[in-house]
Amino acid sequence: MTNTLVKKNNTGKYIAIICLALVYILAILLDNFLPATSFTLMLIPVLQKGAIYALLCVSMNLLNGFTGLFSLGQAGFMLIGGYVYAAITIPAAQHDSVYQYFDSAIRFSIPEILSNVIGKGPGTIVGVIISLIIAGLIAALFAFLIGFPVLRLKSDYLAIATLGFAEIIRAVFQWEGLGAITNGSNQLRKYVTLSGMELNFGSFTLELGTLFLFVIVTVCVALVVLLINSSYGRALKAIRDDEIAAEAMGISLFKHKMISFIISSFFAGVGGALLAMFQTTIQANAFKSAMTYEILLMVVIGGIGSISGSCIASFLYIALSEWILRFLDEGSLFGLISVPFFRDGFRKVVFSVVIMIIVLFFSKGIMGDKEISFKGIGGLLTRLKNKKKKTAPAAEAVSEEGEANE
Amino acid sequence: MRFPRGADPFGQRIYSLCSKSFRKEELCKMSDFISANLPYLLAGISTGGQYALIAIGYTMVYGILRLINFAHGDVFMVAGLVMVYVSAAFGPYVAIPVVIISTMVLGFAIERVAYKPLRSAPRMSVMISAIGVSYLLQNCALYFTGGLPQVYPAIPFLAKSVTIFGATTKLVTLITPVLTIVLVVVLMLLINHTKMGMAMRAVSKDFETSQLMGIKINSVISTTFVIGCFLAAIGSLLYFSNYTSVIPTSGGMPGLKAFVAAVFGGIGSIPGAVIGAFIIGICENLMKGLGLTAFSDAFTFVLLIVILVVKPTGIFGEKATDKV
Repeated sequence: MTNTLVKKNNTGKYIAIICLALVYILAILLDNFLPATSFTLMLIPVLQKGAIYALLCVSMNLLNGFTGLFSLGQAGFMLIGGYVYAAITIPAAQHDSVYQYFDSAIRFSIPEILSNVIGKGPGTIVGVIISLIIAGLIAALFAFLIGFPVLRLKSDYLAIATLGFAEIIRAVFQWEGLGAITNGSNQLRKYVTLSGMELNFGSFTLELGTLFLFVIVTVCVALVVLLINSSYGRALKAIRDDEIAAEAMGISLFKHKMISFIISSFFAGVGGALLAMFQTTIQANAFKSAMTYEILLMVVIGGIGSISGSCIASFLYIALSEWILRFLDEGSLFGLISVPFFRDGFRKVVFSVVIMIIVLFFSKGIMGDKEISFKGIGGLLTRLKNKKKKTAPAAEAVSEEGEANE
Repeated sequence: MRFPRGADPFGQRIYSLCSKSFRKEELCKMSDFISANLPYLLAGISTGGQYALIAIGYTMVYGILRLINFAHGDVFMVAGLVMVYVSAAFGPYVAIPVVIISTMVLGFAIERVAYKPLRSAPRMSVMISAIGVSYLLQNCALYFTGGLPQVYPAIPFLAKSVTIFGATTKLVTLITPVLTIVLVVVLMLLINHTKMGMAMRAVSKDFETSQLMGIKINSVISTTFVIGCFLAAIGSLLYFSNYTSVIPTSGGMPGLKAFVAAVFGGIGSIPGAVIGAFIIGICENLMKGLGLTAFSDAFTFVLLIVILVVKPTGIFGEKATDKV
């Protein structure tokens, strides 16, 4: 009995590693070796943005799905993360051209400093990782400060208070008094973006943008999964299910809510920084509450309380909205039949109707609160093997990129 | 900004009067301050009235369903767009009743389609549904307007200019507070002295018991939504008369502020919402007068957080007790 259990576990692990490796290899191939057709030109940004939103959804799910805190402050923490990242990675020489109307206060760039020490390629990558962590930490610091007044509030008051904080942060970042850091209401640009992630081997340059993004997102999501499966995670779920009962069991409500809020904001900050890398420019005005709503809707589509659901939903959502359903905006069905009411914005209408249908009739979303576990797939495979004495490699092909982020 | 700061004859006259006969510096300074800020004060009272009309919708729905109706601000925006389209076709006087009726129908439909099926679902699902409706309305508006700002028609009797104490303003600024107060009084009479009002009060007190007492919950909830949307339609007529155009997101901010007003006054209480709305409208416009335009929106939320921390039930809110 124990023997089979161990065997199952291992199969699951192997499948997870193989899937992850396949995704990473795909990322390298897409960036470097595959020809730039219109297909790959659409696929790369969709995968990148999908991965970023997967992280953002997971961070929101940690709060909304696992702790039961209905927080709508995600956009604010993303904004902090994105701005901090941008401010500390703009090369020193570029500061004057970026901060046109202000005297820039930060005159250093972490990737640049590290490049001088350990060489350009690795220095930039390590520097960006450090900057991402700093971005997350500062977002978490803000969460810590905001948490004191806000986390004492109950469900919908909490929602509206966090929403209010996000709006305050947005206004403060656009304030001219902070122009030396935030560049007022102008955008920040020329910082290190995804295309800056590269390694030089003599004459050959290896582009690592997509791979870098996937690795960061995988690590972050894995950390959240570890947290959820720890004793802290169980305490959070207890708070979600019944606050009073959890408190009676000796769980400190405020402490655990604070932990969840800070960690969620940390990853929201990292996600915001990655989004800044993806977009190549960042402006505070874009981080409106609509952005939080969009992430919330992705979480709902994936299933509140399911990490794998959030990942699948974000890839699906981004792929549909950025790519597959584009034809709805372009006036014709597959370029063949022209439909008069297919014009700009129709895609979003269709999308929001679908979302409403999901919210009203399939409120569990894609996954409910279940997870795709590689252990489960592994067990399934072993059973199939035992039954038919055949290997079933096809099952591997079924699993999508979204799952590989587990 | 709607009111230029310079050229106020009233202030200058008082100043010269003061300096000639009274020589009281203090008095001069004060009257100077008031006359310099009078336009902002007037605008504040007017915006406050408009927020109040929206806030009543929030507070009534919250009182009965315990739901933050995130879509309410977008209903307000849709009312603005309907006005734009109908008045382009039939003129403003035909458009006004059309706007009011269609907004009421929209509110009724939203409640029936998006909230009624979730009556027994957890509160979070209903709130998500409200966010979904808000997203849907915004996207529909984006589709129909093509993303272009729609120029709001001038309603002749509202857009007339008047001069009051040397401050030139539109008539709508003066009509708004009066109309708001009249409507609120009528609404209070309705709630306190009619059968439907009694049913509403009962439902907001205890949902389940009132159901057991034979109150038709669904019709009470629908009526609440219809009243809320009626007031939002009036509010939108007044609010957009001060602005040149409507865009799909122009409902968001007034909606949020009106909600803050409702929380400020104690959610569930109509007089509280009205007073909260006036306070927020005035503060916001005075902030603009002090040159802190960038923070006028943020200030509202600071106010919200302060009130939530200090007195979460708001000024007039009742203390809620949780039963274990």
